[in-house]
Amino acid sequence: MKFLPQVAFLIALGVTAYLIYRRVSRISANIKLGRSLDRTDNPSARWKTMLRIAFGQQKMFDKPLVGILHFLVYAGFVLINIEVLEIIIDGITGTHRIFAGLLGGFYTILISFFEFLAVGVLLACVIFLIRRHLLKVPRFSNPEMKGWPALDATVILVVEITLMAAILLMNAADTVLQAKGAAHYPQTGAFLFSQMFTPMLEGLSMNALVVIERVGWWFHILGIFAFAVYVTYSKHLHIALAFPNTYFSNLQPKGYMDNMESVTNEVQLALGLKEDDGNMPEIDRFGAKDINDLTWKNLMDAYSCTECGRCTSNCPANITGKKLSPRKVMMDTRDRMEEIGEYIAKGGELDKALTEGHGLYSDERISKEELMACTTCNACTDACPINIDPLSIILQMRRYIALEEADTPQSWNSMFTNIENNMAPWQFSPTDRFNWAENLND
Amino acid sequence: MDIKPVLNVKKMSEMTYKVPLMADLAAEGKTPEVLFWVGCAGSFDDRYKKVTIAMVKILNKVGIDFAVLGTEESCTGDPAKRAGREDLFQMQAIGNIELLNAYNIKKIVTACPHCFNILKNEYKELGGDYDVIHHSTFLQQLIDAGKVKMTEGGEFKGKKITYHDSCYLGRANDIYEAPRKVLEQLDADLVEMKRCRTKGLCCGAGGAQMFKDAEKGKKEINVERIEDALETGANVVAAACPFCMTMMTDGVKSKEREHDVKVFDLAEIVADAEGLS
Ligand code: HEM
Ligand code: SF4
Ligand code: SF4
Repeated sequence: MKFLPQVAFLIALGVTAYLIYRRVSRISANIKLGRSLDRTDNPSARWKTMLRIAFGQQKMFDKPLVGILHFLVYAGFVLINIEVLEIIIDGITGTHRIFAGLLGGFYTILISFFEFLAVGVLLACVIFLIRRHLLKVPRFSNPEMKGWPALDATVILVVEITLMAAILLMNAADTVLQAKGAAHYPQTGAFLFSQMFTPMLEGLSMNALVVIERVGWWFHILGIFAFAVYVTYSKHLHIALAFPNTYFSNLQPKGYMDNMESVTNEVQLALGLKEDDGNMPEIDRFGAKDINDLTWKNLMDAYSCTECGRCTSNCPANITGKKLSPRKVMMDTRDRMEEIGEYIAKGGELDKALTEGHGLYSDERISKEELMACTTCNACTDACPINIDPLSIILQMRRYIALEEADTPQSWNSMFTNIENNMAPWQFSPTDRFNWAENLND
Repeated sequence: MDIKPVLNVKKMSEMTYKVPLMADLAAEGKTPEVLFWVGCAGSFDDRYKKVTIAMVKILNKVGIDFAVLGTEESCTGDPAKRAGREDLFQMQAIGNIELLNAYNIKKIVTACPHCFNILKNEYKELGGDYDVIHHSTFLQQLIDAGKVKMTEGGEFKGKKITYHDSCYLGRANDIYEAPRKVLEQLDADLVEMKRCRTKGLCCGAGGAQMFKDAEKGKKEINVERIEDALETGANVVAAACPFCMTMMTDGVKSKEREHDVKVFDLAEIVADAEGLS
């Protein structure tokens, strides 16, 4: 019986580790469905970008209030995890507050600091909830936010609030037990915030207090385990992926659009600049029709998206009522990836999986109407706090429409013909190109 | 589009403006210091041709050794590329690169941010490596070097001017200050729109939107944008892009404010303040 809590803890830890392992493997396999792309050049610039954008949260401070609140949650989360380490060691070894003995008086300061952070996280999350549900911030109410995405956001905030409350309750019960001289509870003295709750607990019996302390402890750690698994299914995956995703950011000027090598080969053949030596790479498809045509970075972007909607609220097309929403582009990409990943996990082939459900390019997911509305203005890529690039996906899908389906709008087709025949997108004669100079000295 | 670009009517009669053609210079075995890439809008659009002329006048005035390609110039392929037709873009690019390389061009200045972006960022991989600068940067350099003084003040003296950021200059290539520095040189009141610099709102024409109708929605993008400009109370909207010019001009028309709000390009404003006409 003595080892029961330890065994229970080990089982919970093991199950959590297994579930996370499975999920991480799935996510990484899904990301690997994307095309290759080299983003390993210039590591020093990459580290700097990651430090500035992810660690430093630079773009979050474009909205200072949200920036500060989020920083509380972020810093709180990272640091409070040190306490989780103690909980895990205690859970496995059957000790109680193992760091208390090691750190002495500093332990009380440390835990008080964590309590301070926990209160910060708690308050920030309460404000986030208010902002979402009472203040009706417009970017949280676009059509793509109905249903699961809205619920997901609420679940995350409520769970974080509950977890933080559990820490405070656990600490309060602990200090009361210490004062009453309970065995196994090392003397740490009162902590910064939880001491406010101790008067409520002082009247309780020793047994009741132990129950409260233990329930708080178990609730907190099991909550963290469950949440850690939940995160991997949620927009909250950004807490991990924001870091690699900013590391692998696009370092080119935003205006740069890649040149398709496959097309260069074809053009050079057509112009007789190159001979077909039989080594020309096989081309599966021009542009992107589904997720496997996108690059792995596009797919990592999709998993990193927080659904915050900064991209969409800066998008000129969306602002003026067009269907295009760059956030929806990211969400559709992720949902499609999940669908295909699920099919493959059940033993299906990728080629077959791509014919199942709704393709990425379809009226149910990213439609032609949405793709055609983009002005390539880069407002979305500039606004994204984790350097996600919805425009890259949009442009690759436009290439598919133009090159594979030849389904571009009629007026674009005329523009193409003009460029081909008149060397200008308008229907003017190329011989008139220099006529402007005639009026120079009038 | 019947707006007089150069408002100052004082004529520098002693000056005859010249536009050297690259082919002629090459025949004499010369290479100019810079090539002025005129672009399709600068060549064919009636409104933007006036900007081209203003640029040529400035180039003449400061005595820069330049040339244009004339009828040899061809679309850079930007609208085709942004619309998905990579093949058409690359055909255009290869033709242009062959020509530019044959003339041994090293430095290019252009008044079109779309030409600027594609020549600078996308031609390189295809064999066209040039020092490309946009006319906003170019004009700023002339001012810094004391070659352009804008002492005439011209029509813009004392006016309220607001600058509309072009996406392909600003976010695309991080050029926010050069156009503003040029305008600050005027004796005018430069006011910012609520959405400016990195948060500047697109005019609605980029990404080949210039060449098709907008998808269905509540509003045209250029109308949304001109409202930002009108809100500042400015009488002059300064642009640095042919597409922005068209969109903003149409925006002004849609609000029936042609009588008191005008849209000008930086080059026109500089030419006017230099007394060039
Ligand atoms: C590592 C620990 C992190 C934690 C615990 C965390 C926590 C949270 C929480 C609770 C929210 C929800 C806020 C709401 O619903 O309004 C959120 C949103 C967000 N987080 Fe994080 N985050 C972390 C890391 C990061 C990083 C590194 C970035 C990158 C800059 C980031 C960017 C964002 C963004 C953009 C949002 C959406 C904010 C909004 O809706 O306005 N987070 N995060
Ligand atoms: S680049 Fe396209 S999707 Fe992104 S903000 Fe501009 S118009 Fe919207
Ligand atoms: S792409 Fe970036 S800005 Fe857009 S919703 Fe996702 S995290 Fe927010």
